[in-house]
Amino acid sequence: MIDLSNLNVKGSDLSALTADNTALEIKNLNLFYGEKQALYNVSMKIPKGKVTAFIGPSGCGKSTLLRCINRMNDLVEICRVDGNIELQGINIYDKSVDVASLRRRIGMVFQRPNPFPKSIYENVVYGLRLQGINDRRTLDEACETSLRGAALWNEVKDRLHDNAFGLSGGQQQRLVIARAIAIGPEVLLLDEPTSALDPISTLTIEELITELKKKFTVVIVTHNMQQAARVSDQTAFMYMGKLIEYSDTNTLFTSPKQKQTEDYITGRYG
Amino acid sequence: MGKWFKSGTPWIWMTGGAVSLSLIAVIGLFLLIGWRGLSFFWPATVYEFDMQNEQGQKSVLIGEIYDTEDVLKQQLLDAGVTGLDNEGDSLQRFLIKIGNREYVDLDFQWILETIIKDKKIANDIVVFERTKNGNFYGYLEAINEGEQKLNIEKSALVGELNKRIERALEFRDKEHGLLTGDIGRINYDLDRIRLNKRKLELDGSLTPQKVAEFAAQSDSLRAEYLALENELFDYRDQAKRDSVVVKDMTGRLVTMPLSYILDFYQPNDMSFVEKVGHWFHQVYKFVSSDPREANTEGGVFPAIFGTVFMVMLMAVIVTPFGVVAAIYLHEYAGKNNITKFIRIAVINLAGVPSIVYGVFGLGFFVYILGGSIDQLLYPEALPTPTFGSPGVLWSALTLAILTLPVVIVSTEEGLSRIPSTLREGSLALGATKSETLWRIVIPMASPAIMTGLILAVARAAGEVAPLMLVGVVKIAPTLPVDGNFPFLHLDRKFMHLGFHIYDVGFQSPNVEAARPLVYATSFLLVTVIIGLNLAAISIRNNLREKYRSLEH
Repeated sequence: MIDLSNLNVKGSDLSALTADNTALEIKNLNLFYGEKQALYNVSMKIPKGKVTAFIGPSGCGKSTLLRCINRMNDLVEICRVDGNIELQGINIYDKSVDVASLRRRIGMVFQRPNPFPKSIYENVVYGLRLQGINDRRTLDEACETSLRGAALWNEVKDRLHDNAFGLSGGQQQRLVIARAIAIGPEVLLLDEPTSALDPISTLTIEELITELKKKFTVVIVTHNMQQAARVSDQTAFMYMGKLIEYSDTNTLFTSPKQKQTEDYITGRYG
Repeated sequence: MGKWFKSGTPWIWMTGGAVSLSLIAVIGLFLLIGWRGLSFFWPATVYEFDMQNEQGQKSVLIGEIYDTEDVLKQQLLDAGVTGLDNEGDSLQRFLIKIGNREYVDLDFQWILETIIKDKKIANDIVVFERTKNGNFYGYLEAINEGEQKLNIEKSALVGELNKRIERALEFRDKEHGLLTGDIGRINYDLDRIRLNKRKLELDGSLTPQKVAEFAAQSDSLRAEYLALENELFDYRDQAKRDSVVVKDMTGRLVTMPLSYILDFYQPNDMSFVEKVGHWFHQVYKFVSSDPREANTEGGVFPAIFGTVFMVMLMAVIVTPFGVVAAIYLHEYAGKNNITKFIRIAVINLAGVPSIVYGVFGLGFFVYILGGSIDQLLYPEALPTPTFGSPGVLWSALTLAILTLPVVIVSTEEGLSRIPSTLREGSLALGATKSETLWRIVIPMASPAIMTGLILAVARAAGEVAPLMLVGVVKIAPTLPVDGNFPFLHLDRKFMHLGFHIYDVGFQSPNVEAARPLVYATSFLLVTVIIGLNLAAISIRNNLREKYRSLEH
């Protein structure tokens, strides 16, 4: 279970977070796919340096909400967003915001490992090369730091220049995490990062997430309630595009305030 | 029975049968053109036929058996042939290649088996390959140096002839080198001086001083030319010094200067190994030398060069165009009806008959574009067109348009096969759309682009009809690449294997002599196309291996 002594933000304090402790603030977010509304008036604050989990049944909008945070939904032509998401006080949906540099600050890891068809090394330094960094030493250092940060260094240090497809699924997912942290984001979004992995790889990734929160704010979407309970500090329960309940993980799982939450975590549906 | 149908076995037999039929068709085609084309280079046995016709006249025929066919006796009787007393319904008839074109009425003759009294292998027969009038068959009698007959033993004649032909060939090579090298350069330079002068004249800046300068340049070139011309005549005389005396089948002695003998061999005295060696030598000569005698003799090197050069030029033009167009259609164009319409239009372009592209190329590229280029850049050469007449550049461009749909369609397909997770992965790292395209999408689509290119090359290399309008000729005096500045002459006309087949097969003055060349050239064309394809396929396989990705 969760080590409660580690929590310095109590569930009841979530709404009272100061600006300094807040990584992201979502304000009255509505999202439409064409005519269909997918998110209804979502508002929440995501604390800095913590792991926040989004749970809920399939199609509840948890992935959609996550993809709003780094504007991945921009790629969907018929998608329209209404409301604010503030990253350090700046609305990321503002016209003046450059999407590419926003995504450098908010990294993302997807459901299935998606390494590029390049060597392990080139995968990790991809984001740096995009920024025009080509100095060999800088890249070497960044590569090692990131791979260590993603707990992959020891396994791949002798074959950095092999194709990334030679790695196992779990290794690939950690490589993708290394790639995301190599560019030094503030927030890391994980979209069901273990759903395509075996139990052992899942365990490694979960341990890694606990490590990651020392440096980054982590937001994770998961299908698996046990996983949310194991790794997160706060949990948000979503249902049918609405944020039903959001509090610290312990409270949400032990004494949910809403009936729907209780039904879900006790396995009555979903 | 019903059960057998239900089991799906007939379906498997049917599909398997379809594949086997296709395979048989392809292999049959290869075997036919390969056999017919390649056996032409084999040194055939030369026979001596003793013949006697119905009137009792005797004659001798020396030659290769070129073809054999059965004819019905009734047919011959109807044609008025008499003296057919043997049994059976049909008779054999032979087509004999007797060569010696300038001394006989027909160098290919049909003879009926009934008039052949005796058929024996002609020992010591010598076959001469000559620069004109085709092969000569005869017995070696003597060698002359000038007017003087050399006093050599009969058995030593062949060795001596070899030596002297080599010497003559040496002079011919020198002559050829001079013609295409220095003399060619001088002619080219003289023409440039004329053009430069005309250019200044058109500009109105032709000063008397310049005129004198040009005159001095031309004079020095002319002087150089005269010296070279003397050298050239000297080489010719040297090559003509020796001659060979040969007895032909009628017993006539024929004297031939060595300057127009290319090669000679004694097919009936060759061992199998020697014949194989000769075959390779002949094949090599076929692919490496220039055609002679209105393309019915000699090699096809300029046609091979022209085909490969034009196809590569086309590939260089069509790839960037097609890829860029496909990227716009797939990545940037809105997903609406106009895009759909454009896509359908592009696909339908592939169905337009190729001759229509030829007409378009002639009207637009040659006359409008080429004409404008001439007026803007080469006014000094007018009224002689430079780019305003058919040439290799316009051919490549016309074929590029012809193959554009293929490249666009397969590139688009390749782009749509790239998993969206990879694009998202790149975008999530702060890449813009164009960075993602350049760094991830296009490299991963490169095997598909290569597939498009392979299809384009296969289509373009076999295309003949449009080229006849925009740049192919029967005989091109020069290759599009040579040693004269600017080395690449895209305005020149060129030879093409496909057109060569048509020309040799249908426009040839000597049908029988040309027929094996049609097969040999066809086989070569197929080989060239397969070679180009294999090269492209191996590049594609390398790329595939590199971007193995999430295909599975």
